[in-house]
Amino acid sequence: MLQSISHNSVGKSDVVAFKLADQDFCIDIGLVREIRGWTPTTMLPHAPDYVKGVINLRGSVVTVVDLSARLGFGAATPSHRHVVIIAMHAGRIVGLLADLVSDILPINEDHIQAVPDIASNPAREFIVGMITLEDGRILRKIDLAQLLPAAHGVEA
Amino acid sequence: MADMDEFRDMFFVECDELLEVLANGLRQMEQPGFDKETVHAVFRAVHSVKGGAAAFGLTTLVTFAHRFETVLDLVRSDKIEVTPLIMGLLHRCSDCLTDLVGTARSGQDPDEVKVDGLMTELDGLIDSDGEEDTAFEFTPITLDFGAPLSFDAPLGLDMPTAEPARAGLLVQMAPGFQLYRSGNDPMALLASLRKLGDCDVVMNDESVAPLEDWSPEQPSLAWEIGMPEGIDEAAIMSVFEFVEDCCMLSIRPAPAPEITPAENEPEPEVAAQHDPAPAEAVQTPPPPTTPDEASTAPAAGPRAAAQSDAGQAAPTIRVALDRVDRLMNMIGELVIKEAMLSQVIQTAGMHEQPDVIAGLDAIRQLASDIQESVMAIRAQPLKLVFQRMHRILREAADATGKPVRLITIGEQTEVDKTMIERLVEPLTHMIRNSVDHGLEDTVTRQRRGKPQEGTITLSAAHRSGRVQIEVSDDGGGINRAKVRQIAEDRGLVAPGANLSPAEIDQLLFLPGFSSKDEVSALSGRGVGLDVVRREIMGLGGRVMIQSTEGEGTTFSIALPLTLAVVEGMLIQLGDQTMVLPITAVQETLRPESSMLHGVGHGSQLLSNRGELIPIIDLCASFGVTQPEGGPDSSVLIVVETDSRKRAAFRVDAIFDQRQVVIKSLEQNYGRVPGVSAATILGDGKIALIIDPEEILLSMSNDQGRRMAAMASNG
Repeated sequence: MLQSISHNSVGKSDVVAFKLADQDFCIDIGLVREIRGWTPTTMLPHAPDYVKGVINLRGSVVTVVDLSARLGFGAATPSHRHVVIIAMHAGRIVGLLADLVSDILPINEDHIQAVPDIASNPAREFIVGMITLEDGRILRKIDLAQLLPAAHGVEA
Repeated sequence: MADMDEFRDMFFVECDELLEVLANGLRQMEQPGFDKETVHAVFRAVHSVKGGAAAFGLTTLVTFAHRFETVLDLVRSDKIEVTPLIMGLLHRCSDCLTDLVGTARSGQDPDEVKVDGLMTELDGLIDSDGEEDTAFEFTPITLDFGAPLSFDAPLGLDMPTAEPARAGLLVQMAPGFQLYRSGNDPMALLASLRKLGDCDVVMNDESVAPLEDWSPEQPSLAWEIGMPEGIDEAAIMSVFEFVEDCCMLSIRPAPAPEITPAENEPEPEVAAQHDPAPAEAVQTPPPPTTPDEASTAPAAGPRAAAQSDAGQAAPTIRVALDRVDRLMNMIGELVIKEAMLSQVIQTAGMHEQPDVIAGLDAIRQLASDIQESVMAIRAQPLKLVFQRMHRILREAADATGKPVRLITIGEQTEVDKTMIERLVEPLTHMIRNSVDHGLEDTVTRQRRGKPQEGTITLSAAHRSGRVQIEVSDDGGGINRAKVRQIAEDRGLVAPGANLSPAEIDQLLFLPGFSSKDEVSALSGRGVGLDVVRREIMGLGGRVMIQSTEGEGTTFSIALPLTLAVVEGMLIQLGDQTMVLPITAVQETLRPESSMLHGVGHGSQLLSNRGELIPIIDLCASFGVTQPEGGPDSSVLIVVETDSRKRAAFRVDAIFDQRQVVIKSLEQNYGRVPGVSAATILGDGKIALIIDPEEILLSMSNDQGRRMAAMASNG
């Protein structure tokens, strides 16, 4: 961890990489509070289908978003092997349901490429950039602000 | 300057306390044989408000407080006799002072007409007394800490002081350069001294060098502070605790004051010859005019007023509410963890070992004790609301011309702080309602052989885990025939419906019901008791009426002790557990098929003791997957909400009834229709708390709504 902080000079940042339907995604590490195992959620009536429900995080009620459903891979059937990435966005705490967290990686922001024009894939609007790793994997960087529109919940 | 705002805020907080002392004192003065000390306390309160206001240049407030104070002083010295008439005036002045403080705080313009009117009345009293007190023109001292210091004008010497130095201590301070270098500020020191009591501050700039010799590094200002009598030297020293070594300081008794209330005696000179500070001898400026009797009063800083209260009240601290909330959250966690632990112990088969059980019980007991203690921190006496009702009553009595007195019982009853604030409006409304509609006019009262003066009793008490607040009047009671007539006229009930007296009383709470024939200045604008009822329901409480014709009406409000906890029924919907607040629940039943009647497609009515109640399937309204059992195995819960709407909720099972801690859903998510909040159950899972009101309102179509209306009216 200490080492990765030293990477944090201009143009460099750390990301948390995770897998969803065998694709690699990542979000900025600054947004991540903790990573937990999946626990059953309490359903929220009238919520969008990608809102899995709410869990108790040390006394706070935290919404869990099913990233798989949100990105168009279809609703996940979570098991105890799934993980919930607890992230903080715009003063709200939210849980992101993913298949597994693979890595914490330093990335060079210069290496982030724009997303090529692909068909109207729902994932397209939530991905802000692509990073090619040395081992040939591609990380898709997710924009939390797009993923969780401020109005969600209120509209429901 | 930001600090100035802070002082302002402090002043207004202090004002609130002083105004409370004032209002309390005035009420005590109405009792026969009141203590002389009460008048002193009242006087000191007004005087302290004046002193503070002067420091902030609030001229209107100062001028008014001064007249008020002068009259109080005449009362104190028995020159004005305390008659009901005078007391009325004093009460109105107290109200006006409260308003002035309020307008000063919000930066609005005061109601000059009202202030001038009262001032004229006060002047009348002062004049008739034959004293020439009015000759005194009060000049406020403006301590403008924020203004840049001008070297030309010796600020301190020009500053007019309204009050001469009293026989207190004389503090001289001359900050050295280390003081400034270490980030201290003489202004903050002066402000701390002011907190100890009214003090006279004089700045000495004599050692300020001419500009050519002036060194910006070398501080040359010194201050001399006359502290009022009765302030401990140690208290003063504690102000300078951190700057002692970098500030020349001397504290010694001020020369004995020679204050005479009468003629032009020479003012006491405050000499400072052997002053360790670079300051030279300074004279306190003479006050602009002869001091009036007011200024000879004993030290009247806020401290003094606070001390007079100290006899009754235990010392308190102010704590930010979010700290208490955080503590509350952690305790909630503790309770949950404890429940989880006991589950684990059970699974591990250790639950029969006596020490394990004893240990767990002890933890459980402690957790609930801590929870209660934290709730007690949030609790505040209802006194805070009740006291405001005296004024409401007075104004209502003036507006209607009915003589009324208010009796308050159980002011010390404590409820949650947030509840205190939200009770003001409904209680105000109820008091006005009682004066306006409840009490008969004087002529009718006389005819009925009642005392001319009406009595309204406001009482509070703890009753089986709830707080009961009652507003009762000794008026004519509810005229049920008239109420019924009005309700029929307005189409609120079907003509000729069979209504019990209690049901007729309930009509008063219907929106749009206003029983007064003519619109009065106070109430009768169509905003009626329905608002009260909604507010109380919003607090998780209920309102009930009891009325005896000719003898009076009592409105009782039953409130939960706190907003942080709700008593709920745990219900099962599919695979989900939810909580239904117990306040809404009327009865639960397992219906026989003969009690259920289908209406059209998908709608059902429950026929219960001749009443038709629409059935709402909660699984369907929340979109929970229905279990296989089918509707026959389900349980119905009859709920009644605001405006007497009834419905029967179909649920799969009821397990338990318990208190649950309310958690906000909105913080991290948003509003969910039909759900008021969430809670955490013993197993650590979240359960949603149902809002029956909203579910009824959102009943899919108009037909459902009509059905509900029909059912609740029939």
